[in-house]
Amino acid sequence: MEKKGGFLSAFKAAFPHTIPVMTGYLFLGISYGIYMKVSGFSFLYPMLMAITIFGGSLEFVTVSLLLSTFAPLQTFLMALVIQARHLFYGLAMLEKYKNTGLKKLYLIFALTDETFSINCSTPVPEGIDKGKFYFAVSLLDQCYWVSGATIGGILGSFIPFNTEGLDFVMTAMFVVIFIEQWLKEKKHYTALIGAFSSVLCLIIFGAESFIIPTMVCIFAMLAFFRKPIEKAGGFE
Amino acid sequence: MTLAEEIFTISMCVAATLITRFLPFVLFSGNKKTPKFIEYLGKALPAAIFALLVVYCLKNVDITSGSYGIPEAISVAVVTALHLWKRKILLSMAGGTFCYMILVQLVF
Repeated sequence: MEKKGGFLSAFKAAFPHTIPVMTGYLFLGISYGIYMKVSGFSFLYPMLMAITIFGGSLEFVTVSLLLSTFAPLQTFLMALVIQARHLFYGLAMLEKYKNTGLKKLYLIFALTDETFSINCSTPVPEGIDKGKFYFAVSLLDQCYWVSGATIGGILGSFIPFNTEGLDFVMTAMFVVIFIEQWLKEKKHYTALIGAFSSVLCLIIFGAESFIIPTMVCIFAMLAFFRKPIEKAGGFE
Repeated sequence: MTLAEEIFTISMCVAATLITRFLPFVLFSGNKKTPKFIEYLGKALPAAIFALLVVYCLKNVDITSGSYGIPEAISVAVVTALHLWKRKILLSMAGGTFCYMILVQLVF
């Protein structure tokens, strides 16, 4: 019999909290898997990337990185910048993930936007071990994502309709996240800095090599305008 | 890309992700205070980075020939309108993608 405070009760307690993420991850994961498949990759790619990277935005971008010429340094820097927000999830979870033993390694590895939002905001139910509860949320979320990506990768070969234009799903996703970020700010200095730097560098350096100059430009402007940006405040 | 290059590219993504996820726990595991500049970047970076990613997705759109970027412009507008109206992430994404597919397959 399962004693209270064990893994089984932790999963039972965690499951209801993960249902919204399940819907989102299955939809996004399937879209991602199909996108990879129609871009010419076997379902093993989305599946293995869902297991090893486990970060939606970056996995979508990886498709176009894999389709362009081999540029490991640019890939690494781009991945660092796309994933940089995780630094701040980590900072926010330092206390909550304390004293969770070896499970902590997996908790840190699997700290996505969605897992962060659950584990950061949900009080651990009474009688449930904190570490096991967080572990259950993280593992369930990753299972949804890996399932979605794999199903999409397999379904991709059997789609009965024309998939031209399906790749717009990535653009749509980033536009939505951008709007969410935009709505969080009272003044839109940082959003505008990002948009201005990207467009400027795209015009100057061209589509193949504008990423790194843009990052440098964004970083420099954020550092230079720190005072007015902080004064304007309005970050949520 | 060869298979080895693909594996290396994906490994770069895995490594970068691991660094961003583990670094805070490695650096600030004690009771050290987070530097103010890092806290500031945490709030200021996301909007700028997602602006960059939107531009990255649209980097190959040619506004001087072909369909002049019109399907992209319309679909981004649809995503934005849907999102400001209902604020449902999946609905906005599905609506915009569907609109784009219709435009590039049937109209342009």
